[in-house]
Amino acid sequence: MSFPLLTATAVAPALGAVVTAAVPAARRTTAKWLAFGFSLLTLALAAAVVLRFDTAPGADRFQLTESRSWIPDFGVRYELGVDGIGVAMIALTAVLIPFLIGAGWNDADPVEGEAPANRRWRPTQGFFALILMVEAMVILSFAATDVFLFYIFFEAMLIPMYFLIGGFGDRAGEQGEEGQARQRSYAAVKFLLYNLAGGLVMLAAVIGLYVATADQLPEGTFSLQAILEARQSGELDFAADTERWLFLGFFLAFAVKAPLWPLHTWLPNAMGESTAPVAVLITAVVDKVGTFAMLRFCLGMFPEASEWATPVVVGLALVSIIYGALLAIGQRDMKRLIAYASISHFGFIVLGVFAMTSQGHGGATLYMINHGIATAALMLVAGFLIARRGSRLIADYGGVQKTAPVLAGTFLIGGLATLSLPGTGPFVSEFLVLVSAFSRWQAVGIIACTGIVLAALYVLLLYQRTMTGPVKAGLEKLPDLRVREIAVVAPLIVLLVFLGVYPKPLTEILDPAVEHTMSDVDRTDPQPQHDVSEVEAAE
Amino acid sequence: MESLIGLLVAAPLLGAAVLLLGGRRLDRAGHWFGLAMAAVSFVLAVALFFDLLDRAGEERTLHQHLFSWVPVADFRADVAFQLDQLSMTFVLLITGVGTLIHLYSVGYMEHDERRRRFFGYLNLFLGAMLLLVLADNYLLLYVGWEGVGLASFLLIGFWQHKPSAATAAKKAFVVNRVGDVGLSIAILLMFTTFGSFAFAEVLPNADSASEGTLTGIGLMLLLAACGKSAQVPLQSWLGDAMEGPTPVSALIHAATMVTAGVYLVVRSGAVFDAAPDAQTVVVVVGAVTLLFGAVVGCAKDDIKKALAGSTMSQIGYMMLAAGLGPIGYVFAIMHLVTHGFFKAGLFLGAGSVMHGMNDEVDMRRYGGLRTYMPVTFVTFGLAYLAIIGFPYLSGFFSKDEIIYAGFSKGGTEGWILGGVMLLGAALTAYYMTRIMLMTFFGEKRWQPDANGHEPHPHESPLTMTVPMMVLAGGAVAAGFVFDAGESFVHWLEPVTGLEHGDSPVSHGQVSIAATAVMVLGVAGAWFQYGRRPVPVVAPTGSLLTRAARRDLLQDDFNHAAFVQTGSYLTRGLVYLDHKLVDGVVNGTAASFGGLSGRLRRIQNGFARSYAVSMFGGAAVLVAVTLLMRAV
Repeated sequence: MSFPLLTATAVAPALGAVVTAAVPAARRTTAKWLAFGFSLLTLALAAAVVLRFDTAPGADRFQLTESRSWIPDFGVRYELGVDGIGVAMIALTAVLIPFLIGAGWNDADPVEGEAPANRRWRPTQGFFALILMVEAMVILSFAATDVFLFYIFFEAMLIPMYFLIGGFGDRAGEQGEEGQARQRSYAAVKFLLYNLAGGLVMLAAVIGLYVATADQLPEGTFSLQAILEARQSGELDFAADTERWLFLGFFLAFAVKAPLWPLHTWLPNAMGESTAPVAVLITAVVDKVGTFAMLRFCLGMFPEASEWATPVVVGLALVSIIYGALLAIGQRDMKRLIAYASISHFGFIVLGVFAMTSQGHGGATLYMINHGIATAALMLVAGFLIARRGSRLIADYGGVQKTAPVLAGTFLIGGLATLSLPGTGPFVSEFLVLVSAFSRWQAVGIIACTGIVLAALYVLLLYQRTMTGPVKAGLEKLPDLRVREIAVVAPLIVLLVFLGVYPKPLTEILDPAVEHTMSDVDRTDPQPQHDVSEVEAAE
Repeated sequence: MESLIGLLVAAPLLGAAVLLLGGRRLDRAGHWFGLAMAAVSFVLAVALFFDLLDRAGEERTLHQHLFSWVPVADFRADVAFQLDQLSMTFVLLITGVGTLIHLYSVGYMEHDERRRRFFGYLNLFLGAMLLLVLADNYLLLYVGWEGVGLASFLLIGFWQHKPSAATAAKKAFVVNRVGDVGLSIAILLMFTTFGSFAFAEVLPNADSASEGTLTGIGLMLLLAACGKSAQVPLQSWLGDAMEGPTPVSALIHAATMVTAGVYLVVRSGAVFDAAPDAQTVVVVVGAVTLLFGAVVGCAKDDIKKALAGSTMSQIGYMMLAAGLGPIGYVFAIMHLVTHGFFKAGLFLGAGSVMHGMNDEVDMRRYGGLRTYMPVTFVTFGLAYLAIIGFPYLSGFFSKDEIIYAGFSKGGTEGWILGGVMLLGAALTAYYMTRIMLMTFFGEKRWQPDANGHEPHPHESPLTMTVPMMVLAGGAVAAGFVFDAGESFVHWLEPVTGLEHGDSPVSHGQVSIAATAVMVLGVAGAWFQYGRRPVPVVAPTGSLLTRAARRDLLQDDFNHAAFVQTGSYLTRGLVYLDHKLVDGVVNGTAASFGGLSGRLRRIQNGFARSYAVSMFGGAAVLVAVTLLMRAV
């Protein structure tokens, strides 16, 4: 058996978490560098995954597969494997984590000069260990091709996330230390309960899936590949009702995680209360498991039910797009603003997934990646700003570009990417999603298009209120970005521009996977009304 | 030669990257570098131009395919350029006027500590604008389209410590985004109709699509053009955009970017030709805007805002001409070029005046400046004569051709369009003469600025006056050159096509009528502003004057219709999201599993019950596993 590369990619951060957590309390810096080193190791392994992945036509759909028996009694196997979409998502995760660690370098340091009795629990070691733990779980979720195995990682990542949200927040706020702790704990519990509730429903569906497959196949299975193959060959054909119930069970969990309106309200709390790197971790990495899983599990295993649910899902996605953007415009807290903007963007991703065209699936996957990077750039700079002033309220800022031009400039670029400016990655993905929606249902495409005006409003209002105008009292000596902070943001910006100008390396990886997904759902792209090439051929 | 096209776009983009990322070290010489990059692209443009001239009229199209940009199944967008006569015309205008204005800015921005950044933005603008006119497909055009929007945003808000500048910048971007929705939908429609959005595949096959679809595409393209070119109903941003430094107003908000809408319509001519309803709407938008802008231009006391009104109005002429189809395309572009010369000249002149007058913009505080700024006066004066259509200067040729084309539309329509344009010509003469008289003639009405400094008007340095002279030269001579042997018509015709309508009036009659209304307009302005002293404080004025000063209530309308409603809507939703959506979901969950009770308990500090719930989950798992095993 060849080297288990996928397992190694997930074990590296998990091992890193253990090692980091074990560093003695006084050696904080060692812990940080260890965590950073392990995140780089993970990145290197993820790079190997990308390089080893074969995009040639006719190559296997799932590659780098590993398969071991785990609970033979009811067919649970330790099965890993990636298609192009999985590769891209693992790469995104592995790329982002080192930046998050770099951005959060000092976020979990104990506050100096505070009486030990008042000192909250802020062990640096724990913070970084938890981030690495989340990374491991997320990578395993992207790689798992056994439904039960996926479920376990999908749920297990909640534990480190819960502690990251509940245990670490911004330094100060208008409500004081204690009020903030209360808010934070509320946000963490809300996050946990929403996701647990979704997860429990999914658990029922996972079990139901086993029962349903056991009905028709020689033995019940959780193996995605086996299920897909059985569906293709016609061996497995769920009754319509069964398929719909199973679909709903899975979809609900993914819609909570994604999050889709109206199940979104945990996200602004969670992103608002946690530190900026953790907020990015939630929206850019963890939430992506939800939309990824819709594409892989819902569409793959339950194509007919997916089609059945499409009108409602697309409706909810549209509501998310417009509603999230309108709420972002109305926010007074900049982290909550970014959270609502993300809800709007998740609407686009879900729209792309359920439009069921090549552009939609390719666009949605690109969207996940671009949104992750763009939000990271914007949110991390916002975090740097918040750390300087000790407030998340937009009204507490003004004229920052005068005192900290580099900070303001990077904030603007992050914002422009968030509003999908052409030339940045998000434009490509957003346009592909619009193309897919429009080619299926014109009206839906047109409504989604209005989202681009609203995005300009929330981004530019935020920029105008915080960065321009006269310098607000108390900000006269605001320091500009430090070297570490620039080192975190600059590569993200380079990536955004690169993916906007030359997304081809990514689309090449995605193409075969998109084709497979299209054949899973047995759909073809809508054809143009007047095919130019046919006209030319006729002439 | 083809490979030069990419370089043409790359040079200013490289300049922008170096200047914006280079840091303070480049402060001393950065502006010269920016100027050099603009000049490089101008030289390349000229080289390409001569290369095109060497070819026969039908073969003057060069293509350069750089790389495949977004390939996803049937969706294929490339980074590829197309240089033909139409884009060449724009490229020469953009790089030529662009280089001059870079030079002008060396002097104008001399005392600004962020001059390097200013040049970086200007370079960025040039690169994006060149991308816009050189793209060989609509999606790449979109990149340039938003790129110039970004540059415009950055430059309008260049002095962003002023809240008014920051607001104006945001307004311009957001209004333009409304137009971008149009461009997006147009591209989507092209893709679903033709399976492509490359010029080479859409335009030659345009008539294979149904008229309804083409009308849809046309109207959406028009919406985009309205945003970029400040045409009614998306005109409201242009006046505020004058918050930007004056070279920006000259380059972006007069000579080049705002004319991109005209480019879009002319480029998409094949679509519009097959969609007469869409064409009619283009004509109506142009006609309404040309009057709207002219009326606003008559009432503004701020010299730049008066000129901005004029820009809207002149682009209205171009848009109207473009809406006429092959009768008008050539002349829309011809007027666009001559307008590029004289309007840029006028703005640079206005900037020179402001430079000498402590940045005062209120014309009621000018007066008698001709002797203090002779070069500015003469160059501004020549551009003035060109725009009002003084016989044998450039505006005379291009505007008369458009008016003639309007009449050629034939029938009642032709008379209405011709009449509207003649009325516009009279108004143009009126507001321009008003500007001229209030600025350079009459009493000195100079006032100390906010810091109490008396103005000491003086002529501007050579870096500023040389570009003004060149542009004035262009404003005077361009018409002659274009008209001689109909050279401009022959140049563009292979791309845009040309038809001669059936005009009820002759060329000569149009010229006479246009000259007559011009004299009327000049005389009217002279009666009001030349014969009598100009009051320093504006008189109350008639209802129309007051409305025109407020831009015919455009902002009041937008505020009531969109801003106010939108703000109630968002505030209402924020409240509902918290109270209703959150509440309902929590409540539903509670009724299922007592979640909210647990929520409250844990919130009160019983963090351990989290552990309990996790154990609960784990226990369920184990139980299920055992159960399955038993089964």
